[in-house]
Amino acid sequence: MTDKTVSLPEGRKEEHKGGGFIRNNLRNYGMLLSLFAIMLFFQVMTEGTLLQPLNLTNLVLQNSYIVIMALGMLLVIVTGHIDLSVGSVSGFIGAVAAVLMVHYHLDFPLAVVACLIVGAAIGAAQGYWVAYFGIPSFIVTLAGMLVFKGLALAVLQGQSVGPFPPTFQKLSSGFIAELLPDIGTLHPTTLLIGIVLAPALVYASAKMRARDASHGIDVEPFALFFTKSIALAGVVLYFTYLVASYRGFPNVLVIMAVLIALYGFVTRRTVIGRHIYAVGGNAKAAKLSGIKAERLTFFTFVNMGALAALAGLVFAARLNTATPKAGTGFELDVIAACFIGGASAYGGVGRVGGAVVGAMIMGVMNNGMSILGIGIDYQQVIKGLVLLGAVCFDVYNQRR
Amino acid sequence: MTAMLEMRGVSKSFAGVRALRDVNFTVEAGQIHALVGENGAGKSTLMKVLSGVYPAGSYEGTIIFDGEERRFRDINDTEKLGIIIIHQELALIPLMSIAENIFLAHPPSRLGVIDQGEVYRRTSELLAQVGLREQPDTLITDLGVGKQQLVEIAKALSKKVRLLILDEPTASLNEADSAALLDRLLAFRAQGIASILISHKLNEVAKVADRITVLRDGRTVDTIDCKTEPVEEDRIIRSMVDRDLAHRFPERHAGIGDPVLEVENWSVQHPLHPERQAIKNVDFRVRAGEVVGIAGLMGAGRTEFAMSLFGRAWGKNIRGRVRIDGEEADLSSVPAAIDAGLAYATEDRKQLGLILADDIRKNVTLASLYQVASRGVIDDFRELKAASDYRSRMRIRSQDVYQETGTLSGGNQQKVVLSKWLMTGPKVLILDEPTRGIDVGAKYEIYSIINELAEAGKGVVVISSEMGELIGICDRICVMNDGAFVGEFTAAEATQEKIMRAIMRNDRLRSGMQGSEQGSKGRVGEMQS
Repeated sequence: MTDKTVSLPEGRKEEHKGGGFIRNNLRNYGMLLSLFAIMLFFQVMTEGTLLQPLNLTNLVLQNSYIVIMALGMLLVIVTGHIDLSVGSVSGFIGAVAAVLMVHYHLDFPLAVVACLIVGAAIGAAQGYWVAYFGIPSFIVTLAGMLVFKGLALAVLQGQSVGPFPPTFQKLSSGFIAELLPDIGTLHPTTLLIGIVLAPALVYASAKMRARDASHGIDVEPFALFFTKSIALAGVVLYFTYLVASYRGFPNVLVIMAVLIALYGFVTRRTVIGRHIYAVGGNAKAAKLSGIKAERLTFFTFVNMGALAALAGLVFAARLNTATPKAGTGFELDVIAACFIGGASAYGGVGRVGGAVVGAMIMGVMNNGMSILGIGIDYQQVIKGLVLLGAVCFDVYNQRR
Repeated sequence: MTAMLEMRGVSKSFAGVRALRDVNFTVEAGQIHALVGENGAGKSTLMKVLSGVYPAGSYEGTIIFDGEERRFRDINDTEKLGIIIIHQELALIPLMSIAENIFLAHPPSRLGVIDQGEVYRRTSELLAQVGLREQPDTLITDLGVGKQQLVEIAKALSKKVRLLILDEPTASLNEADSAALLDRLLAFRAQGIASILISHKLNEVAKVADRITVLRDGRTVDTIDCKTEPVEEDRIIRSMVDRDLAHRFPERHAGIGDPVLEVENWSVQHPLHPERQAIKNVDFRVRAGEVVGIAGLMGAGRTEFAMSLFGRAWGKNIRGRVRIDGEEADLSSVPAAIDAGLAYATEDRKQLGLILADDIRKNVTLASLYQVASRGVIDDFRELKAASDYRSRMRIRSQDVYQETGTLSGGNQQKVVLSKWLMTGPKVLILDEPTRGIDVGAKYEIYSIINELAEAGKGVVVISSEMGELIGICDRICVMNDGAFVGEFTAAEATQEKIMRAIMRNDRLRSGMQGSEQGSKGRVGEMQS
């Protein structure tokens, strides 16, 4: 046989496996390490302010809507498209929510459901042109960006509308209910959840690893796995301790955690997730394999619309008013989070975890630089350079 | 006459596959030299070596032009000497005018400002020379293909052409446009401009060529001097196809059953040119356990036919009836066609067949993910097992199923594509050029797989431009030309010459060739009907 691909000699294979695993996952470890380094840097520079319980809680609240939208944006980017309208859409939905709840006194759950439906409908309206007419998503969503920015102004008649009913505010500024008796400075429910969660996560990943190994799947070397698990448990416990010493887990953190887990599962484990990556990887080949590429593209936009709506609600609840300027520029942070998180601008590549870490890197930098008193001008310059650097690193990595 | 161009001992290989072996090729000043050969014989490769597309150093052998040895680095080097190549796919910019296209690279200008008047005047002159009556500011997109071809030639003339290379210039032209184009070549010859004409149409070649070189499997196998020897199409065809059967075919025991695929009155319109009927009321039948070949030249409509069947993946206004296993089949979309038991393995593995950045496992299961999933959630281990089974069954050589398909050899990539389609459990498989770009050993394995499929009772359709391959593996061969079947042979009666004649005869009928003038030379028309 004159085939070019031959397997490695048996002796070298084992060694290659571990090294290969690290090399193949270099990007993911690199991402986490950069986040860690950036946090450490600001922790030192701000003399400990960054990780103070109050600031940490704020950090979560401030970035929740970016993370929520990044989940939808990741899917859009993986299919090879982009959505520039998410900032305007989230602002518009905030305005709609305000009008429904403040002017028309609609119940808060009904208003939320209505807003999510409107968001999905907006996504559908944009996705329709992209998926079935082949109009570049850049253009469709650029149009959407203008349209919904304008509509937000129109709905609010140029005014800020608020305040929201207190139950709705809880969506963003609330914390999980305290069910256990008071134990002094720490919130016991939060603490308990953290203490249960940390070992549960480690146990789950150990079980997964053992299962993979038993089927001959490449797994990370044990030393690495062990270190990672200890680090994971440590981070969860420390984080829990910090927020428990303030007011406990914010409600929005729970929403985020559920969504991250859901989208992580859908992208990695389901047929639909696999199909989305296939369409982004090679749309023609995917279509000729019987995948309904148009329909999938359409639904990634519907999903994006709904998540943008949710983000809009969270943001409005946080500010407790809907303002015509809400949402301005969000799309840039959301898109940057996905690319910093390793998504490819050509489609087919990107992970939910990456997008979340990307959003956290952006969030920590925003927060840290603000504490340090760096002006908004240079904050943008630095964020831009970080985005460029991350993508350059990716491209360099692939060329090698 | 002296040789203007001499190529000596030219060899070139791609990733271990020899495309050209020790080719000698000479063009004399003021000659029209025709280059003929089957698809893949090496004609285009030879011309790319000559025109500098493949730079010196990437091939062996020497090129002598005007008596000097030349080492071209790129196209600019050859264009300076007046060697201009016009590719089959025209390189014109549709939304620019004729004049802008002709003077695209180096418009006459002063201090970087284009001199519009000069551009206009010179374009008018050039258009007059090629006999094209159009205004210089007409947009390319408003011209037919024939006129676009003339614009390409005018563009060549603007560069002071001395040797014009035309790759299949008349492939998409009608009879009148073809004749006009060939007249141009004759007129250029009178002005001392030499041409190399690559063509499948032997009647045209016979009409204008001073000398004919036949390439086969990357070698020069025959050269005919048309002034001293009669041009017999028979001889050319024989040289084109008569190859020693370097590769053998696995033995097969046909057990042919009932029809599995019956296509009736299938007609398809070209998606971009609605006036063109790409497939013309075709009937086609495959039985269980039968391997049916579809022979034909590039552009005959074979791939278009297959893709239009496969869930209307190509073409518009598709009409006709299809029965699979005797029952009316719904082929209205690709998923429906897959459900109906049809599979189509594309000729373009890299662009249409595989997701190159994904591993073997994901590619194998791509078309049948629901088989390894429950309620929409993929079962990793069932998927892994399915992929591993196919990897060992198809003898895919790789490190494991997690190897990216982009890093596999052509043969192994093809096996991944075949695995993907076998996993869908098809009744009929259409394999489009299944051995293109694959080395001899892997070809043999693909043939064996085809045999196994047929023995398992599946209907197999093989589209191939290698006639020897079709004769070696098929039970029956249908010949397609210009969107219709023009001949059918059983394996026993088929020969490469018969297939080639069936194609050529039809070409000749279609182009309504001026038979009287060349009739004594080309005897194709008299061949068995």
